[in-house]
Amino acid sequence: MRIGVFVCQCGTNIASTVDTGAVAQRALDYPDVVFATDYMYTCSEPGQQEIQKAIAEHRLQGVVVAACSPRMHEATFRRAVEKAGLNRYMFEMANIREHVSWIGQDKGANTLKAMELVRMAVEKLRRNEPLFASEVPINKRVLVIGGGVAGIQAALDCADAGLDVVLVEREQSIGGKMAKLDKTFPTIDCSSCILGPKMVDVAQKENITLHAYSEVEAVSGYIGNFTVKIRKKATYVDWDACTGCGLCMEKCPSKKTVDRFNENLGTTSAIQIPFPQAIPKKARIQKDACRYFATGKCKVCQKICPTNAIHYDMEDREVVEEVGAIIVATGYDLFDPAPYGEYGAGRYPDVITGIQFERILSASGPFGGHVKRPSDGKEPKDIVFVACVGSRDKSVDRPYCSGICCMYIAKQAILARDHLPGVQCYVFYMDIRSPGKNYDEFVRRAIEEYGVQYIRGRVGKIYPRGDRMVVQGADTLLGAQVEVEADLVVLATGVESSRGAKELAEKLRISYDQYGFYMESHPKLRPVETNTAGVYLAGACQGPKDIPASVAQGSAAASKVLALFARDTIATDPQVAGVLESVCIGCGKCLSVCPFGAIQWKTLRDGSRKAEVLETVCQGCGLCNATCPPKAIQLKHFTDDQILAELDALCA
Amino acid sequence: MDEKNDKQLRIVGFLCNWCSYGGADTAGVCRFKQPPLLRIIRIPCTGRMDPLFVVKALAQGADGVLVSGCHPKDCHYAVGNFYARRRLELVKRFLPFVGLDPRRFHYTWVSASEGQRWQQVVSEFSAVIQELGPNPGFGQDAVTENAPQAVSSQGGAGDTERCISPRSL
Repeated sequence: MRIGVFVCQCGTNIASTVDTGAVAQRALDYPDVVFATDYMYTCSEPGQQEIQKAIAEHRLQGVVVAACSPRMHEATFRRAVEKAGLNRYMFEMANIREHVSWIGQDKGANTLKAMELVRMAVEKLRRNEPLFASEVPINKRVLVIGGGVAGIQAALDCADAGLDVVLVEREQSIGGKMAKLDKTFPTIDCSSCILGPKMVDVAQKENITLHAYSEVEAVSGYIGNFTVKIRKKATYVDWDACTGCGLCMEKCPSKKTVDRFNENLGTTSAIQIPFPQAIPKKARIQKDACRYFATGKCKVCQKICPTNAIHYDMEDREVVEEVGAIIVATGYDLFDPAPYGEYGAGRYPDVITGIQFERILSASGPFGGHVKRPSDGKEPKDIVFVACVGSRDKSVDRPYCSGICCMYIAKQAILARDHLPGVQCYVFYMDIRSPGKNYDEFVRRAIEEYGVQYIRGRVGKIYPRGDRMVVQGADTLLGAQVEVEADLVVLATGVESSRGAKELAEKLRISYDQYGFYMESHPKLRPVETNTAGVYLAGACQGPKDIPASVAQGSAAASKVLALFARDTIATDPQVAGVLESVCIGCGKCLSVCPFGAIQWKTLRDGSRKAEVLETVCQGCGLCNATCPPKAIQLKHFTDDQILAELDALCA
Repeated sequence: MDEKNDKQLRIVGFLCNWCSYGGADTAGVCRFKQPPLLRIIRIPCTGRMDPLFVVKALAQGADGVLVSGCHPKDCHYAVGNFYARRRLELVKRFLPFVGLDPRRFHYTWVSASEGQRWQQVVSEFSAVIQELGPNPGFGQDAVTENAPQAVSSQGGAGDTERCISPRSL
C-alpha cells in the first residue's frame, strides 16, 4: 500500500505545541508511507486540494490526516479522498489537536505523542479495506414526540410538505405550556389566540395522526426505518364517540378534583376536558378522583352521555407505528420551589409560582381573568415578583439561566397593571436578561411606563404579617436591607427538563446533559440533530427556550426531516459486522448478545448452521465481535487485526 | 527523535466513540491540561472490548490500560457497556493470576459532556501509573499475594454487585 500522511498545523492550534514538521518527517520512516507533509489548514479548500494532488502525484492508496478530532472532520476528509478516487474508508485520522496539542504544553512530549498517534493510524490504515454502502428504502413518515408549540410547528411543517405525521402527546390535549399562558411577551399577543389556530390545524390535517394521552413505550430500528410502540393510556371515554359536549363535566358529582391545568389553583370535575380550546376536545375520567372507581357506585356520566362514550372497563392499548424519522419536542417542566423553604411556597397560599399567576391572569383561568389572590379572593394592592427561583443557583443544582423568567416577570407585571391599574409591582432580580428582538424595550416599558419597581438583590425571607406577606431582601444598588409588604408574591420559577426526559432518551438512544436536557450533535453547528441518526430535537427539551426559538427549532427539525426524505433511499454505514463462515462454529452467542436482532441463522448446503449479519440492521457496535469465541464475526473497519495493530504500534 | 526509545510511560486508552471519545474531545476543546501519558484508540463501543486487548496491551509493555465508555444505561447501542462492565470487572480480577498488576488497568464511564471529569480520570490514573513506574512485564509484578487487596481498594468503576445480572454472557 502507498500511504500519504498529512499533518495539520491548524494555524497555531497544533503547531504551537507540536512540531508538525518533525511529525511529518518521522512518518516517512513508517511502513508503506511514501509521502508526508505538514500544512497550515488541511481542512481548507486548498488543504483538501493538496491531499487530492498528492493522491494523484504519488499514486496514494490510503491517506492519514493528523489533525483535529475525527468527530469534527472525518466526514470532510473522507469526501475529499473519495473525490480523488479513493474509497472513503481508505482514510484514517490521528487526533493531535483535542487529544494532544490542546491538553499539554510540553512540545517535546506532545510531538512524541503525535508521532505515535500517526504511527497508530498508519498501522490501522494498512489493514483497512474498501467498504461500500448499501442503500435501504426510507419510510417517509415522521414521528413527533410532544405536542407543545415546537412539536406542533414541526408536525405542521412536515404535514404541509405532504408527509404522514404521527404526533404523540402525553397529556390529554396538545398545546403544551403555551396553552397555559395568558399573553406572550413582548407583543402581549393572546397566547391561545395565536396557538389555537395551529392546534386546530393539527386536528384538521388529514395526514397528521394524533395520539393524545399516549406515551412512547419503545423505539427500535434505525434512521429511515424506526418501529415505535405507543401506549394509549385509558381515558375511560371512547374518543371516537365523544363529541366534547361537556355534559358529563356539568353533571359529575366529584367537583372537587384538583385542576392540574389551572396549576392546582381551582377545582374541576373527575371527568374533564382540560380547557375550552383543547385538541382533541374529548373528555377523560381522572381515575383517582372518580367516585365510581372509588366506591363502585355513581355512573352519572355514563347515564348522561348522549353518545354512550363512557366505558369504565377501558384499558391501556398499544399501537405500533412505523416511521423513518423522529422529532423530539418534549419541552420542559417548571422548577418546584419547595427547596426554597424560606420563600414559603406551598405553605402560604399567597406565595405562588409564575405559571400559577399566568392562570390567574387568563380569562379561562380559575378566577375568570380577575386578578385575585388565592387565600381570600381579595384584589392585591402590592405584588412582589422574585426572579431566579431555581435559576442561576448552584445550591439547588440549577446553575443555568432559564432565559425566559426576566421577560415573563416584566409581562406579568404589565398585565397586572392592566388588570388592576392601582396595583404596585416590585421585582427582585439579579440581572435583567433580555437579549431578544424588542425584549429590552419591553422591560424598559415595564419600568418606565408601568412604573414597575425593579430592586436589584436576592430575597432572603418571605413571611406573613397580618393578612399580608413581608418580603425581606437586599437592595445591592442601595447597599441596604429592604422590606416590602405585599398581598401576593410571585416566584419566577425556572425551567428544568421535562419529567421522564431521561427515560425517553434511553429509549431513543440519544444523550442528555446532567440536568436532563437533550444533547445536540454540535452546540453551534448542528443544533437540531442528535448523535443518533434520524432523531432530531425541537424546543425546550434541548435547553431553556422562549416561544420564537422553539418555533424556529420546530421548523428547523422539520426541514432536516424533509431533507432526509427528499431521497428515496439512504446509504447505510458499511462499518458493520461480517461473518467468516469457514470459521463460524454456529454457537449462536452473537445472536443472543446482539442488541438489534441483526444476526440470524443461515443453513449451508451441507446442513451446518452459520450466523449471518443483516447489514441494514447492524449498527456496528462490535459486541458480537468481542463475544465470538473463534472470532469468526468481525466488525469491519474495527477488526481484531486492526485494533491489535494499533496496540502493537503503541506498545511493541 | 524516535518515539520508541524514550523512557516515557505509556497508557493505552480504549474509548467508545460516542461518549468518552467525545468527552476527551470536550476536555481538549476546554483546554483542560492532562499528563501526556495516554494514547487513545477509538472503538465504537466498550462492548467491542475484547478482554484480550487489555491483557495483550499489558503483556506487550503498556504501563497502563484505561477503558472508558458511556455511563451505564446511556449506551449508544443500549446495552454494550453492560456487557463491557461484566467483562472488564472479570479481567481486572483475572490479571493477578497471570502476574499482571491489576492497578495498571482501570475502567470507567465518562460522557461526551464531562470534559472536566475526563481530565480528572486521566490525571488520577496517570498519577497511579507514574507511582507504579514502568511495567516490568508478564509475571514480573509481585502482586499475586496482595492482589485481592489491590482489587478491593482500587475497585475499578466500583459497584461489583451490580455487575451480576440474570442475563448470562
